[in-house]
Amino acid sequence: MYDYFEHQADVGIIGIGNTLEEAFVEGAKAMFQVMCEIKEVEAKEEVKIEVDASDQETLFVEWLNALLAQKDIKDMLFSDFDVKIEGNTLKGVARGETMDLDKHEVKTEVKAATYSQLKIVKDKDYKVQCVVDV
Amino acid sequence: MKLELKEKRKYVWELEKHGDMNVLGRVYGEEETVKHLHKDVEMGKDWNALKQIYNVACLPGIQRASLAMPDVHPGYGFPIGGVGAFNMKEGVISVGGVGFDVGCNVANIIIPVKKSDIISKQKELAEALFRDIPAGLGEKGEIGLQPGELDEVLVKGVDFVLKKGYGLKSDKEYYEKKGVLEGADPANVSDIAKRREKKQLGTLGSGNHYLEVQYVDEVFDEETAKVYGVDKDSIIVSMHCGSRALGHQIGTDYLKVLDGAAKKYDIPIRERELVCAPIESQEGKDYVSAIYAGMNYSYANKEILLHLTRKTIGRIFGLSEEDMKLLYCISHNSVMKEKHNGEELMVHRKGATRAFGPGHEDLPIKYQKVGQPVLVGGTMGTSSYILKGTQVAMDETFGSACHGAGRAMSRKQAVQNWRADDIVRELAAKGIIVKGHGRKGIAEESPGAYKDVNQVVDVMDKSGISTKVVKVKPLISVKG
Repeated sequence: MYDYFEHQADVGIIGIGNTLEEAFVEGAKAMFQVMCEIKEVEAKEEVKIEVDASDQETLFVEWLNALLAQKDIKDMLFSDFDVKIEGNTLKGVARGETMDLDKHEVKTEVKAATYSQLKIVKDKDYKVQCVVDV
Repeated sequence: MKLELKEKRKYVWELEKHGDMNVLGRVYGEEETVKHLHKDVEMGKDWNALKQIYNVACLPGIQRASLAMPDVHPGYGFPIGGVGAFNMKEGVISVGGVGFDVGCNVANIIIPVKKSDIISKQKELAEALFRDIPAGLGEKGEIGLQPGELDEVLVKGVDFVLKKGYGLKSDKEYYEKKGVLEGADPANVSDIAKRREKKQLGTLGSGNHYLEVQYVDEVFDEETAKVYGVDKDSIIVSMHCGSRALGHQIGTDYLKVLDGAAKKYDIPIRERELVCAPIESQEGKDYVSAIYAGMNYSYANKEILLHLTRKTIGRIFGLSEEDMKLLYCISHNSVMKEKHNGEELMVHRKGATRAFGPGHEDLPIKYQKVGQPVLVGGTMGTSSYILKGTQVAMDETFGSACHGAGRAMSRKQAVQNWRADDIVRELAAKGIIVKGHGRKGIAEESPGAYKDVNQVVDVMDKSGISTKVVKVKPLISVKG
């Protein structure tokens, strides 16, 4: 599950899951939903992502920024993700398809995931959030 | 001590130097703006613009004051509307002072046709611009780069585009820094940044980027308007765009580099996006050379878009490209080395534009007497302004002014409050055609989601930082 939080100029995204991995996956969906209607994006091709960071919060930002880079490099939109986190290293897969302006309703481009309001909260479930610059 | 602004003179507020501040803080704004800043502090928001003004004031080597323009709102490290100048010896350079859209700028060209000519072909022109100017997420530019050419763009900026045979040689004079910053080093721009670029040269982008056809609605300063080449009902095309994914990746990459540098040089960091490095350190020099590369890309991007725009308008109205003069092109996410009072400084402007006063050697000869045009973008339904830089700006703000209206409401709220179709209809009733690449984008950029640009500009005018020359209103708005 994902959600958004209020932000004056940009967009706050929240990924929620039973595990940290699930929360990271949901956070990625939240970010791509800002850019397109993710239900319209079929998981036809996959891209492998590997990132590490000094801590798990930063790892979330690294993960999102790596996805943004792949979106431009491969000219794709992503809708389906798998993530494995070990310590401060993430190995993930993003699935999606080539961006097609006739098929996909594109919305607002995300420029970068930022450290602003970045946090991981572990309660009954995991919530991971940050602001993305649009 | 509390974060509290005190009125210094009308529209000018100061945050007394206290705690770890090296200089005071100064905000240009209405009482309402200041109330809003104080309210965010009182509510304990961990992310607020006044705290950011304080944080910037604590950075090493900052000169005179940590400044905020009347369009101030919370940003990343620096507030949006923030200006900070640093000396070369002790000073630092920060990612937060530039942002992710490196070198985002506004350019205005003057179209020598009558307002009635535009109105009689308004629909045709709107459709043609919407079709011919690549905009929105995923759009590609028409100018394909050969291998190795991207590095040339990063070094040469507008000169690269001119060499390729696009654009106008006469434009160069009317870009800040003549459209090319010296000292850009493509080797300091990552491979990922270059791979992300992928055919984006000559595209507008999305979000708050736009192309507008505007007319001059009101002239405040006849003499300067004449020097700028505009008059009542003159037609202007204004274009707001930046360095696309390449610039975004430069910001993302150097957040990490400067994070390491801040630790290495033991600079206390009060907000993660405010990471910085000494200007004279290797990390600092690398970042400056990468930012300059990003800004050069942004200038080149703009020149190609100007070419495409002129081609379309020229075809419809029987004009040559040379007929459509560039008034000025000016960035609002930048850091540049500038001389102030005889000293070289690194001036960060995050959501603020350069606004040099009369007599500055960097200005085109034509504008020497009156000062630099300051292009302030409004929102799609409202007005935009052309101001002029003043000596007051040189004395108080390192020659800087506001860049736009500034958001007052989140995108989420905007989408809940307005429907794209209603906005398009309401603006059409006012004679404005809006073309957008995404319906949600139109709702997000609803005029009601922004501060009143008239108020923001009045603060600049009345405080003497940049005075009003003309007010313009849109006839066509193409949203990215």
